[in-house]
Amino acid sequence: MEQGKAKITCGGIAIAPVFEIKNQHLEVAQLPILSVEEELARLNQGAQQALEQISALIDKQDPNSQAVEILEFHLMLCQEDELLDPARELIAKGGINAAAAILQAGAQQAAEFKALDDPYMQERSADILDVAERIGACIAGVKVQSKPTSRVVIVADDLTPSQTAAFEREYIAAIVLRGGTANSHAAILARNMGIPSLIRAQLPHDIDGQILAVDAIAGNFYLNPDATTLSKMQQAKEDWDKAQLRLLALRGKPSHAPCGHKMLVCANIGTPDEIEFALENDCEGVGLMRSEFLFIGRETYPTEEEQYQAYARVATALNGRPLVIRTLDIGADKKCPYFNLPEEENPALGLRALRICLLRPELFKVQIRAICRAAARGKVLMMLPMVTSLQEIKQSKALLETCLQELAQEGKEYARPQLGIMIETPAAAILSAQLATEVDFFSIGTNDLMQYTCALDRQNAGLSAFYDPHHPALLELIKLTAHHAHQAGIWIGICGELGSDLSLIDTFIEYGIDELSVSPSRILAVREKILHSTAACLNRRGAEVNF
Amino acid sequence: MQEIVYKITDPRGIHARPAGQLVKLIKEYGSACQLGSAEKMVDGKHLLSVMKLSLQQGDNLILQFDGADEKEAAAAAMQFLQENL
Repeated sequence: MEQGKAKITCGGIAIAPVFEIKNQHLEVAQLPILSVEEELARLNQGAQQALEQISALIDKQDPNSQAVEILEFHLMLCQEDELLDPARELIAKGGINAAAAILQAGAQQAAEFKALDDPYMQERSADILDVAERIGACIAGVKVQSKPTSRVVIVADDLTPSQTAAFEREYIAAIVLRGGTANSHAAILARNMGIPSLIRAQLPHDIDGQILAVDAIAGNFYLNPDATTLSKMQQAKEDWDKAQLRLLALRGKPSHAPCGHKMLVCANIGTPDEIEFALENDCEGVGLMRSEFLFIGRETYPTEEEQYQAYARVATALNGRPLVIRTLDIGADKKCPYFNLPEEENPALGLRALRICLLRPELFKVQIRAICRAAARGKVLMMLPMVTSLQEIKQSKALLETCLQELAQEGKEYARPQLGIMIETPAAAILSAQLATEVDFFSIGTNDLMQYTCALDRQNAGLSAFYDPHHPALLELIKLTAHHAHQAGIWIGICGELGSDLSLIDTFIEYGIDELSVSPSRILAVREKILHSTAACLNRRGAEVNF
Repeated sequence: MQEIVYKITDPRGIHARPAGQLVKLIKEYGSACQLGSAEKMVDGKHLLSVMKLSLQQGDNLILQFDGADEKEAAAAAMQFLQENL
């Protein structure tokens, strides 16, 4: 048995075999070089094996999914002479093994695709490299990553958001990362899906298939647990499940504090699918729908109709409860290749979120129109991210008016959404008295507000020692903004990670925060804390939350 | 020789899936095939070359077939283009 401590990013207990995700680099140089004939035969065998692996993957997918289209392309690449012939020529010259030859041929083709003007074709270079590596791995006898098909604990050094999003929730018992930070998107997504997860776990490598017991309550892990540990963990899992049952009993109860302060506890969601899990946990609305998840992991802009369908689906599922849609928040750590954004020295301070939308109004209008149309199907609110000035709000409002007029002229079904802004820059917090007169609500994005106020990169694991989520400057800005919101008679929520920090709930009640939007898995724990709050209700609130 | 010209209507242009299907279809015939645009023609039996043409919606795609079954090949290609691109 090996054990260690790690940082918790989503609570829970799990015991399951490890499924290791490796960002592997083939060590092809170390393979011996056989005769030309033998290397050519290895190349053909490798390509054939890769073909069979991909066919097997295709059989497991939904036939209409985008994944199948990509995999079918991979299948053709395995038989493509334009990829294999250059490798054969390299082998014929001698002095190179088949695995190294296919990687070199793949890199050459990929470079040519990368150099094309067409962003779609540029992206295909990744497919070519992927297939070349798969063939190379087959030749070298290395196993290539597949997706889990039974319940496992995912173990990796770190995960990209697209890797995390690709997992099917039912197969993921827990996620344990050797690196990672609490606010990375992988951690946020895991939390939204309610998957127990640990980061910065010093786990050995090459542990695929070994049993890992994950205690994401105490922050411990046990690799190949002995009988005593295993039974202790099984007990802990039972206790955890019981506590979950206690929380589930809070479903249907309003989130009112004993002092009389009324709060709404809403859910943060990414993709429309996540609404199911949010409703299971009795969300009182969606306080943050991260619309960028409709944009990432694809090759073209989602159309107005696609966006409308996604928003309308969530609005309908909420059945009268509010849905706050945050407009596109791309840039910084959320990449989206087809936007063709310039490489930046400092993306967190660069072209991102509302700034992109205001510079590309044609793009922004597609989203605004989709939101206005969805507003005819439920209580839909539109929220602008990364606001720093009054001017940005006025420009956005002008675009909203144009869209409403267009929809009216076209005879489309629509409604005017309430308009709010995120307070996630110190500038917006400081100007909040003025900004409050222009909008219907505020929602504080504590992650970015923290990073911009304290000049601390939240993705930088090396800065954890300086990261104080309760930094007095941050709390002071929240208090100030809440005061200004209530003075102007608008409501104020918190949709950052801090909203589910149980040790701050009393403080937020005292500030008069009207709404907390948290990961679906945290809703009931937050409600429990509100119901048992000992905060003195200072009745700062100027307005009823009126959605 | 048989030549056909087809104006691409798919908003995504010749993307991976139709390119693959088209090359597969062309390979079923013995005739040689050159395809491309006024600027550049490539071997129609080579998937990556066809994709690298990076032809977009509105572009004219030219196909030239040369061989014993050139008529059948051209007819089949035309039908495929009309249905898929």
